[in-house]
Amino acid sequence: MANKNIITSKDVHIYYGDFEAIKGVSIDFPEHEITALIGPSGCGKSTYLRTLDRMNDLVPGARTTGAIKLDGEDIYAPTTDVVQLRKRVGMVFQQPNPFPFSIYDNVVYGLRLAGVRDRATLDAACERSLQQAAIWDEVKDKLHDSALGLSGGQQQRVVMARVLAVQPEVILLDEPTSALDPISSTQIENTLLELRDQYTIIIVTHNMHQASRISDRTAFFLQGDIVEVGPTKQIFMNPQHKETEDYISGRFG
Amino acid sequence: MNAKRVDKIATGVINVIAGIIVLILAGLLGYILVRGVPHISWHFLTSPAKAFQAGGGIGIQLFNSFYLLVLAMLISVPISLGAGIYLSEYAGKGRIVEIVRTAIEILSSLPSVVVGLFGFLLFVIQFKFGFSIISGALALTMFNLPLLTRSIEDSLEQVAFSQREAGLSLGLSRWETVIHVVIPEALPGIISGMILGAGRVFGEAAALIYTAGQSAPALNFADWNPFDIQSPLSPMRPAETLAVHIWKINAEGIQPDASAVSAGASAVLIIVVLLFNFLARRVGTFIYRKMTAA
Repeated sequence: MANKNIITSKDVHIYYGDFEAIKGVSIDFPEHEITALIGPSGCGKSTYLRTLDRMNDLVPGARTTGAIKLDGEDIYAPTTDVVQLRKRVGMVFQQPNPFPFSIYDNVVYGLRLAGVRDRATLDAACERSLQQAAIWDEVKDKLHDSALGLSGGQQQRVVMARVLAVQPEVILLDEPTSALDPISSTQIENTLLELRDQYTIIIVTHNMHQASRISDRTAFFLQGDIVEVGPTKQIFMNPQHKETEDYISGRFG
Repeated sequence: MNAKRVDKIATGVINVIAGIIVLILAGLLGYILVRGVPHISWHFLTSPAKAFQAGGGIGIQLFNSFYLLVLAMLISVPISLGAGIYLSEYAGKGRIVEIVRTAIEILSSLPSVVVGLFGFLLFVIQFKFGFSIISGALALTMFNLPLLTRSIEDSLEQVAFSQREAGLSLGLSRWETVIHVVIPEALPGIISGMILGAGRVFGEAAALIYTAGQSAPALNFADWNPFDIQSPLSPMRPAETLAVHIWKINAEGIQPDASAVSAGASAVLIIVVLLFNFLARRVGTFIYRKMTAA
């Protein structure tokens, strides 16, 4: 475990109005690893994930305290440029949300808006990102068709390519396969495994098997707090807490 | 009575109600078109109206209607776009915003004759614009703004929240997300709303009687200098529109063929409004197709 931590968080509390959704979470994320956040519905794992690129800012009445740092810089500092932060920390959501444009336009969208105009550069970025997202072969002949015409699994991989095209350092995934069939889910999982060398990946999942298959480390959330965090093998084979054991063995949740 | 029977009866009742509405609409449209279309000719569409003799046309009124429409849309579209974007994307849920929303709702149900009198007092009298195209266009703007703002706000709100999340999480600023993600997706709805608004403005009479006036002085269609009073483009000339013309000949027309002119003008008005509605759908779907499969 020699990798340095790219994101560190200490004593994070998140409130929605009077409701405390996250009650003092401290967890660090090493570079080039896949960390899975698991736990029953409503335990706060998605809420926590969405603080890492400040998407919770969009929720009226949400308030975050504690220290979350990306490469040592506090992302909740008043001087933080949220737009820059989100360029470094990309996000894939539960429901595939491609823009209603062509596949090509979807993938190069972030680059175009960042000012890249050169056709060759865009073409190269499009191909590279779609290949990384393991969907190039399926769509290379219809790049200029609408992304909405693809299946859910294909859309989700196009969305992933859209995130990869802007080359973030960290990719957050909020139950990216829960709306997909098993075959598409497997393809997404394989994609993530291949991306691990270049990116830091944090994934929220309801699927125990998925967490055990792809993640290096697992954090178990319960009622707004982390019960246990450690190497995935240890969490699944030899959990230290009874709640963890009960959850992964399917006794509740 | 079992559920199946109730279901059958309910379906029947709903079908009958729908049928009655279709019949009323078809009857109304058919009556106006059957009475009016025989009077429509190239001469009728292009020649000026006559006050005392038969054989007058609606050329100037038709031109006035379109010119007023263009001016009113030029003024109201940018304002309502701004207001709609603000309300849907930036305003949030504060108390003041709720008051603004309620105000827009009340304004949109304001009788157009009240809008006309307001325009008369403010633009015609206070600003000394007189009975003029500009007074009429401003009154139509007042009339059109709330409805247009509402329809733009609705179109923007139809865009799923996940699209905004997608834009923001890609590192787009809020403004970039609005301009490059939300508006393109809402564009078909926005354009349909504008064209439908245009149809409403085109048929409006009450708001114009006291603002754009009830007279249609002869125009010199060779003179396109907007500063000449007899130029068609002059915004300071009084301009009776088609809808006002229909109202006027029915109220005080003394032409021997008043009823024929009125019927023909009504048919033209209905046809243009129908075209606007038809266009709204076509343009909406066309743009959506264009946007989604580039």
